[in-house]
Amino acid sequence: MDMFTGLDDAAKGIPRLTDMQAALRLTGAQRDEAKWGLIFISPWLIGFALFYFAPMIVSFLFSLYDFVLSAPDEARFVGLENWRRMLAEDPNTWEALFVTFKFALISLPIGMVSAFLLAVLLNSKHLLGRNVMRTLFYAPTMVPLIAAILIWSRVLNPQTGWLNQMIEVTGIQAVGMDGLRWLDDPNLIYIAYTFIGLWGIGNAILINLASLQGVPTELYEAASIDGAGWLRQLWSVTIPMVTPVIFYNLVLSVVGLLQYFIVPYVLNGGNGYPEGSTNFYMIYFYKQAFPFQNMGYGATLAWFMFIIGLGITIFLFATGRYWVYYAGENK
Amino acid sequence: MAALQSNTWNEYEIGRRRRNLLLTAAVTLFALAILAIYLMPMAYGVITSLKSKAQTSDPGAPVWPAEAVKFSYEGDNYDLLQVPTESGIRHWALVKKGRRASQFIDPANVAAGLIDWEGNWRQLQPVREFAVQWDNYPRAWNTIDFARLLGNTLMYAFITMFGTVAASSCAAYGFARFNFPFKNLLFMIMIGTIVLPPAVTLVPTYAFFVNILGWGGTWLPLIVPAMFGNAYNIFLLRQYFLTIPREMEEAAQIDGAGRIRTFVSVILPQAVPALTAVSLFHFFFAWNDFFGPLIYLAGNRDANPITVGLTEFNGLYSSETQLILAAAVISMIPPLAIFFLAQRVFIQGIVVTGVDK
Repeated sequence: MDMFTGLDDAAKGIPRLTDMQAALRLTGAQRDEAKWGLIFISPWLIGFALFYFAPMIVSFLFSLYDFVLSAPDEARFVGLENWRRMLAEDPNTWEALFVTFKFALISLPIGMVSAFLLAVLLNSKHLLGRNVMRTLFYAPTMVPLIAAILIWSRVLNPQTGWLNQMIEVTGIQAVGMDGLRWLDDPNLIYIAYTFIGLWGIGNAILINLASLQGVPTELYEAASIDGAGWLRQLWSVTIPMVTPVIFYNLVLSVVGLLQYFIVPYVLNGGNGYPEGSTNFYMIYFYKQAFPFQNMGYGATLAWFMFIIGLGITIFLFATGRYWVYYAGENK
Repeated sequence: MAALQSNTWNEYEIGRRRRNLLLTAAVTLFALAILAIYLMPMAYGVITSLKSKAQTSDPGAPVWPAEAVKFSYEGDNYDLLQVPTESGIRHWALVKKGRRASQFIDPANVAAGLIDWEGNWRQLQPVREFAVQWDNYPRAWNTIDFARLLGNTLMYAFITMFGTVAASSCAAYGFARFNFPFKNLLFMIMIGTIVLPPAVTLVPTYAFFVNILGWGGTWLPLIVPAMFGNAYNIFLLRQYFLTIPREMEEAAQIDGAGRIRTFVSVILPQAVPALTAVSLFHFFFAWNDFFGPLIYLAGNRDANPITVGLTEFNGLYSSETQLILAAAVISMIPPLAIFFLAQRVFIQGIVVTGVDK
């Protein structure tokens, strides 16, 4: 079932009227149908106009003003000054973008590969108690993010945390102030944040799993007859067949990572600790717009984030044609 | 000849079964090992929330909740330590601390009086016994005023749940069953809002709610927009409505039922699984909502939900690990409980939104 199931030709603007009589008779019914359709979607339509469309436009207008919320009367039009300042003068913007992308490059592949591999594991016919296992692997995703962060921040404690103590058992020196200081070391912090993120991949696992179950068994049988082993089947049959889901997860993850905020905010209040490595873009936007109440500059940062997100999404959709497989599509 | 063939076939079959059995054992054990590592922090959270404060910061303390044993002597309480003596390790109470030598009392033989012991008492391990600090839970609950946080979160979750489900199902029905101009375009725009960063609309919305309407410090800026539905929920419900056959609606209309009547009494009762899934999604979203309450409720601590309350608590009482973890564990019980009870509807909903697109 694709996104547009149920949208017939009429909705796509292709007239289907064959004779005048029918056209006249149908128009009344169609008009009635259109009226009711609009009535039913009106909650969303009004909400969209009020809380998406209008604020987006106003947000852009805000970006042309020097406007501090506590002194609305002193707002003045500055043209593209905010944009110039953001792109050319403010080193924090680029630092925040750099930090966000650096984290994304570490966390995104780890998260997506883990979700895929866990789905493969949970789909294995050799796994006993599959349903119980699936439920248990999903459970951490149900843990409220704040609770997860608070627990992880203690699990990652260099001295009393269980992670270092478990690593120590394998013979690697991890415990102690000269051991693995996950949340204090700028070289480890992204890995630590990625661990916390791994507690939220349940949805990605489930969607991968559903997609794996949809791969026709004939394909595996055919590959097996051709002498393909397990790994070869995974690479040449499974992965191409689940690329739509990988693509979907990728788009959602990228959009989510641009807005990465809660973990650094809860762990250090958004102060960038350690050594500015957690000055994410959304943290910077939050500080400008809310604690500092810089509505004009905040709106500029938000619009820039939107443009970057849109750019990446368009890029992904454009390149997706080359690596995402859709069944029933001719190549 | 035939016997020989059947023999090799049997051997082949036995070999295949043995291989399968080995593979099953290996895969299952591997999955269990991964699961243990994956769930380890949860066990850590629960176990540590039952420890005493002293134990949470002591790297040498045992993994399980334990407490140092005290011995009462002449009206005072003294720590029981594991003291190495000529006759093995004895459990003695440290009465008089000294750098080079200390005086102990043997609880088994109090009459013998103080025993002198040469050595540094700081290097001795205390005697511990298994002791669960259940008390951490009521203490965390009261310190953080959990009842108030819970009340705020539940109020927000339920009001917006009914609002968003009602509005989303209306809109989903509109998209599923009616033709109207620009339907395709509007539907695309709606899907597009799912990936729109909320930040881009946030600044003017905030200025409008806080400066013009004066809603700062209240829940209204979070409740009112939810009353207009949500793209994700609309999409999920629409997919479900499309699977409901049209015959029943047509029958209802022939019986003279209007559009709204048909929707309420024919469609909605058939969509209970999807409505449940959407309600659950919204409940979990509301339970976790952090950014909205953080900015709109700033300055009004009484209105805080659990998420913001927990974060503040963590900042103020960062040394009270056991209380913070107890509060964190309390906050994860309702969503986990609901998930375990309603997992089938829930998982179905996630799969529908993910795979159908």
